[in-house]
Amino acid sequence: MAASAVTDATFDEVIGSADEAVIVDFWAEWCGPCKMIAPILDEIAAEQAGKVKVVKLNVDENQQTARRFDVMSIPTLIVFKDGQPAKKMIGAKGKGALLEDLAEFL
Amino acid sequence: MSDDVRNVIIVGSGPAGLTAAIYTARANLEPLVIEGEPSSTTDQPGGQLMLTTEVENFPGFPEGIMGPELMVGMRDQALRFGADIRTEKVTKVDLSSQPFGVWVGDPETPEPTYRGRTVIVSTGAQSLMLDLPRERELIGHGLSTCATCDGFFFRDQELAVIGGGDSAVEEATFLTKFASKVTIIHRRDELRASKIMQDRARANPKIAFLWDTVVEEYLSEDGPLGSKVRGLKLRNLKTDEVTDMAVGGVFVAIGHRPSTDLFKGQLAMEDSGYLITGASGTEMETATDVDGVFACGDVQDHTYRQAITAAGSGCMAAIDAERWLEAHHVIDQQRTETDW
Repeated sequence: MAASAVTDATFDEVIGSADEAVIVDFWAEWCGPCKMIAPILDEIAAEQAGKVKVVKLNVDENQQTARRFDVMSIPTLIVFKDGQPAKKMIGAKGKGALLEDLAEFL
Repeated sequence: MSDDVRNVIIVGSGPAGLTAAIYTARANLEPLVIEGEPSSTTDQPGGQLMLTTEVENFPGFPEGIMGPELMVGMRDQALRFGADIRTEKVTKVDLSSQPFGVWVGDPETPEPTYRGRTVIVSTGAQSLMLDLPRERELIGHGLSTCATCDGFFFRDQELAVIGGGDSAVEEATFLTKFASKVTIIHRRDELRASKIMQDRARANPKIAFLWDTVVEEYLSEDGPLGSKVRGLKLRNLKTDEVTDMAVGGVFVAIGHRPSTDLFKGQLAMEDSGYLITGASGTEMETATDVDGVFACGDVQDHTYRQAITAAGSGCMAAIDAERWLEAHHVIDQQRTETDW
């Protein structure tokens, strides 16, 4: 399953209702590195379905949520476990490095 | 020699590397491009332009073009002519004998991943940092080297920009779109930036200057998901006075260094790390001191450092590599010269 979008309005409900860990991809249209990791995240979402869920949050349109979690650079990935932020990862990386960082949730 | 030896291996994929790829691919040299891996620094596929917004001075785009878009265009153009582009990072090279060896992944592997008759080095440059404690971990937590990437997140905050050159003044000016105040902190009592940039900054009511001042320490506070910057400990070089300054974000713009660690001890470079090209005894402007190895773009240019000059030197490296291959009978000398 490819990553779906969340907004300021839907964020709490989507995160709160998930059984699996949720990776939130904070991104924007003008962010080159964000575009590089987007397809990698789609792959991870498909391969790890059931273990993690990937959602995308556009920081231009949803500044409230970005600010709430102190996002100060993108791409930022925050992993939520049981509705709580558990890990923050900043910067684009290759698939291998990303999977290593996510190992504890897979 | 076995047929897995490439004609041309290009390391790096900014404007220099991709232009070299377009030219060598169009000359049917089937270049291998090792473009790097995604990251949030300039050390990534596409290079420094991936961290910019609008490029207004690249000829052919009268309305300007977004940096990342320009790089996607160059990459697509190289692919169209058959360049073999790999999203991998080079970990080691062996330029001591022909064919040259290039490793990706584990550098301890005895055999290189790829072998090439010629290598074009276009690894570019990356931002210099202050080398202060905790610097690495604070990047992305209020510390940044890229105003155009991260400025957006500092709306209505007070910020500091470290540096005194064009890039520092440019970053500060850009940041005033978001920040309530931007202080340029510089170790000297005057800027190195060009006059036009200085005038623009001085006329901007949101920009302040702090002269003769260096950063001693990043001040940070801990949060549930890591620390974040809350200020700077500063020292005045003339009075030795130490003060704390509260800021929501710090942008470091003290220049770049060439990405040449891979080539230390193998290619001639200046003390500053820039590769030396135009080796004596050859008419090839992009030739390094190793026969068959060429360099183009910012990795060998501390003077111009523009997208268009990088692309131009990438074209030169491609032509030099093709002529080298012809001269060494790797490709048919009698074939019709490529219509450049």
